Amino acid sequence: MAEGAALPIETLADPVTGRSLWVEARGRLLNNKAAVCSIVLLAFIAVACIFGPFFTGHPFDQVYPDYVKVPASLEAYPKADQIAPQIERIGARVRGKPEAIDVKGDSVTVTLVGQRPIDERLLAYFDRSDMFGVAKVVEKTDEGKRLVVDVPLKKKYFFFGTDTNGRDLLTRTMKAGQISLAIGLLATLVAILIGVAYGATSGYLGGRADLIMMRVVDVIYSLPFIFFVIMLVVFFGRNFILMFIAVGAVEWLDMARIVRGQTLSIKRQEYVQAAEALGVETKGIIRRHVIPNTLGPVVVYMTLLVPKVILLESFLSFLGLGVQEPNTSLGVLISEGAKNIQGATWMLLYPSLTLIAILFCLNFIGDGLRDALDPKDR
Amino acid sequence: MLSFIMRRFLTAIPTLLVIVTISFFLIRLAPGGPFDLERPLEAKVMENLNRIYQLDKPLIQQYWLYLSAVMHGDFGPSFILRDFTVGELFARGLPISMTLGALAISLAILVGGTLGTIAALRQNSLADYIVTGLGAMGLTIPNFVVAPVLQIVFGLALAWLPVAGWANGTPRNLIMPVIVLALPQIAVVARMTRAAMIENLRSNHIRTLRSLGLPWHVIVRHALRGASLPVISYLGPAAAALLTGSVVVETIFGLPGIGRYFVEGALNRDYTLVMGTVVVVAVFVLLFNLVVDILYAVVDPRIRFD
Repeated sequence: MAEGAALPIETLADPVTGRSLWVEARGRLLNNKAAVCSIVLLAFIAVACIFGPFFTGHPFDQVYPDYVKVPASLEAYPKADQIAPQIERIGARVRGKPEAIDVKGDSVTVTLVGQRPIDERLLAYFDRSDMFGVAKVVEKTDEGKRLVVDVPLKKKYFFFGTDTNGRDLLTRTMKAGQISLAIGLLATLVAILIGVAYGATSGYLGGRADLIMMRVVDVIYSLPFIFFVIMLVVFFGRNFILMFIAVGAVEWLDMARIVRGQTLSIKRQEYVQAAEALGVETKGIIRRHVIPNTLGPVVVYMTLLVPKVILLESFLSFLGLGVQEPNTSLGVLISEGAKNIQGATWMLLYPSLTLIAILFCLNFIGDGLRDALDPKDR
Repeated sequence: MLSFIMRRFLTAIPTLLVIVTISFFLIRLAPGGPFDLERPLEAKVMENLNRIYQLDKPLIQQYWLYLSAVMHGDFGPSFILRDFTVGELFARGLPISMTLGALAISLAILVGGTLGTIAALRQNSLADYIVTGLGAMGLTIPNFVVAPVLQIVFGLALAWLPVAGWANGTPRNLIMPVIVLALPQIAVVARMTRAAMIENLRSNHIRTLRSLGLPWHVIVRHALRGASLPVISYLGPAAAALLTGSVVVETIFGLPGIGRYFVEGALNRDYTLVMGTVVVVAVFVLLFNLVVDILYAVVDPRIRFD
């Protein structure tokens, strides 16, 4: 038993205990390096998306007019070459020509020369810009026509750059990840609840009921999916939570088919017949004996359904039917990135990487689970 | 076999009817109408429009009118794209979408099948890992990311291919859309072929062939036959979806197929256009389900339809 080392301790402590499918599956899953890495990475992404926005220092909908479409950078903004043009711009409003701009560490010393005495109240323009703090007058000469001003720099970090409105892309990507993951999980949950209940009932009842119930599935299956989704958007408006409950309500068809197939074989088993002989009612048998035994494929399908729903949401957002501003999802960010691909590659790059990483992880976890739960591999 | 096909055709008719009915009432119950503009039209104009398009009659009567028109092959005039009937729009768009879809499906079967077979034959080798990795990538990277990247790289940076456009179906214009359409399908086909081939290569009849010392290509041919079953059942619905056009690809590459009509029609409440698309897609789905069942019997002689 080469796998013994990987088994949980409680199994080793008590050698009499039988190993259930789930314990064995967990052992096998933990041996699968790709799956374990994916679980760790996915957990990291999820935690970063949930708690990250509190630490980036930018609210997700904060607009920085002075930092529109700045590239991703590990260094703080403003960059040295941005300071002088910005001071020129402010100088024009203060009605003073800036001279001798001197950047020292976290502050800038600048001499403003005006044709008339400069109104000090206008120095508030420095504070209003995204780059500077409150300006202090150090020296005043020439009847107030010449001001030496000390302005502190406001350091800001945009690790993923900013978007076309000057919002921090890192915070927005995290927010988007949050929403995309939430949508994926929500819709999948709904799909599984409906699919499992429907499939198990249909398969267990068999006969005419099965025929009719599966015919219904076939009909809904032939309805063009996108038509359904667009109709849902039309009915529910842009409320994305309602919408994705509805999407889940459409995605259950595959689930119902899978569970029905499983149920057909389970209902021939002795323990189901025993339960029937003991007079357990149909509802009880389905709930206690059939559904728990179909869960293996359901879990696998779930991990594959989450990425499918996330992709679907991205697709809807790409068409402009998904999440609305200022909220965002990975699909929204990617479609915006695709529009700006020539001038601002980072806008496509980082959200895409996040989406692809999430989907990759979910796929590998799904594959790992399938291998782990496959009883043929025992 | 023939009686089976006939029976399937007969059962397809009620299914189609149910689909048409559901979609008809669904789109009619949706709020808004085809002539709702930002500035409302004058009441008199609206009344006239409604009368011309027979929207003023009771819904049930409209339903019967539509149904009998469709029976005669008349999908009615489009509400948004004036001067065109839905039939004309499909006559122009469907061949384009079908060309793209057919090319993409063929490419997916060829490339995906080959890659999957190679991966299965060399299980757990470098080639296998590369194929599985590429498969995961093809499945996870959305096509609206791939398409602009390809446009930038091959259309603008290298300037090898035209960025977009149909240009009467010049092969150069087809390359990029077909690749974008095919990529996810290649990934799925490769994965399914690999899994099915691994299972088939372990089966008894293949072991017998091996023990007889037959050359590799004979063994692969026999294994492929069994392995093609799950791929066929996947490709049926996939082919139906591809042949009826993809909204994303047609929008990004500016192709005049029918994929866009769905979204445009549903959003603008172009009732006839949406209904026409629903019917076309449903017919394709039902047709390809039938094709899948027939192919099943051809590939696996154990399957009988009695």
